[in-house]
Amino acid sequence: MAENNRAVLKLKETFAASIIDVVEFRGEVTVTVAKDAIIDVLSFLKLSLQYNLLTDLTAVDYLGKKEERFMMVYLLYSIPNKDRLRIKTAVTESECKIPTATTIWKTANWLEREVFDLFGITFEGHPDLRRILMTDDWVGHPLRKDYPLQGPDREPYKGRLS
Amino acid sequence: MATTETMTLNMGPQHPSTHGVLRLVLELDGEVVVKVTPHIGYLHRGIEKLSEYRTYHQILPLTDRLDYLAPMSNNLGYILAVEKLMDVEVPERAETIRIIMAELTRIESHLVWIACHALDIGAMTVFIYAFRERETVMEIYELISGARMTSNFFRVGGLSQDVPDEFVKKVSDFIDVMPGYLDQYEGLLTTNPIWLKRTVGNGVISAEDAIDIGLTGPALRGSGVDWDLRRDNPYCGYEKYQFKVPTGDKCDTFDRYKVRLVEMREACKIVRQGLDKLKPGPVLADSPQVCYPPKESVYNSIEGLIHHFKIASEGFAAPEGEVYQGVEAPKGELGFYIVSDGGNKPERLRIRPPSFVNLQAIEQMSVGSMIADLVAVIGTLDIVLGEIDR
Repeated sequence: MAENNRAVLKLKETFAASIIDVVEFRGEVTVTVAKDAIIDVLSFLKLSLQYNLLTDLTAVDYLGKKEERFMMVYLLYSIPNKDRLRIKTAVTESECKIPTATTIWKTANWLEREVFDLFGITFEGHPDLRRILMTDDWVGHPLRKDYPLQGPDREPYKGRLS
Repeated sequence: MATTETMTLNMGPQHPSTHGVLRLVLELDGEVVVKVTPHIGYLHRGIEKLSEYRTYHQILPLTDRLDYLAPMSNNLGYILAVEKLMDVEVPERAETIRIIMAELTRIESHLVWIACHALDIGAMTVFIYAFRERETVMEIYELISGARMTSNFFRVGGLSQDVPDEFVKKVSDFIDVMPGYLDQYEGLLTTNPIWLKRTVGNGVISAEDAIDIGLTGPALRGSGVDWDLRRDNPYCGYEKYQFKVPTGDKCDTFDRYKVRLVEMREACKIVRQGLDKLKPGPVLADSPQVCYPPKESVYNSIEGLIHHFKIASEGFAAPEGEVYQGVEAPKGELGFYIVSDGGNKPERLRIRPPSFVNLQAIEQMSVGSMIADLVAVIGTLDIVLGEIDR
């Protein structure tokens, strides 16, 4: 189970104060950590536990469902151990920023740009933080829950008229 | 006094060798590339946003439109993620047909890759041949799903319908002749001096750099990293199949070319094993809360009709939780990350596109080389803009 996972044990040993939650669902382990420890946790996982591939980096918007609005999600993979681990950390709307992971994996560059573009979370220390999918002059962040599906200043689609 | 300065050149988004609507802003010193800045997003349709407003069954047709050269691989990745979330057991026949189709899709995608890649760097004959073979795969698609590209054939819990009787013969005939065609391509390219001049030593990226920048799939294996999700984290019953995972050692475009050719041969072998395993049986799981009822009962009974109506309009409620499913798509690791809040629509659907992450390596692989070699790098990365922009 999740508690016996080697990586979770090591994390608990090293970052006892920063581990907020450990969940296992359908065989996948998710560890939630405090935001100020995120870079230390990620580099520890890469350097000491061989999680060498950053498979994915994304965010989830929990508007109105959780106190802290955004959740950053880092999906790590260890090619030597064929093992996945998901690390999450909460980001509040009032302090909508987090240190960049580009110092640990180059992969994070575009993935963080995408999160910045679509969620509006700022990555401190990112070398090239620009919008990536939307145009440079776009207003708003489309994947936020309060961004309308049909786009700004348009009536919602009400189905076919005929 | 004479001065030299670099020139900025715009390449794309309408350019035949950018494989879609990729725009590159190049900084050139003569013909040597100093800096590459990719601009993407011209094909952004907001598939992740749209998915938050659709039931799990309704999202499936959107996934065809990600990597439109390999629709069934996208369908497979999404369907497996939802099945993991719902904990549905899929019948063996459905799994086998899925694997056959996923591997045919791999061949199809690699055929487009070899065709365009060779055309980009001056070998036109291969293009014509590869598209001829691709046509057979398209016909198989049409035979089973009615569509050549937007297949939408898999369903949560199995398949939309069983395959017709001529399916086995058609697939079997195709994989009988395919290795011969691959020999033909190799005859045209592998020892061709022009091909070798353009690919050997081009776009070199070391294994450490490749992992650091997140390359996956054939691009990573070309750099000598022996890692394939089908073998290392098997899904959909791949553990029952025997196949080799090819790797390169020179980390260049030529090695990635060889890796993909061997992958096509291995795919033929997997399809043959799949055909041998194919036994009659159901193609849809027996879980009425999740699956559509068989068409028979929809047309002939009121219960079936109501059932169909409920699934089509309301869908099904997924348990609260989050899952990630990665599959070895032809271009690399394609992943679907679903966050469910217990409702009938995902709270968040994240698509991890292999091409998006792989394209990031373009700068590292092309700076310092000639502009014509940059075109070879775009070809060898095997990108599809539908997937990059989503």
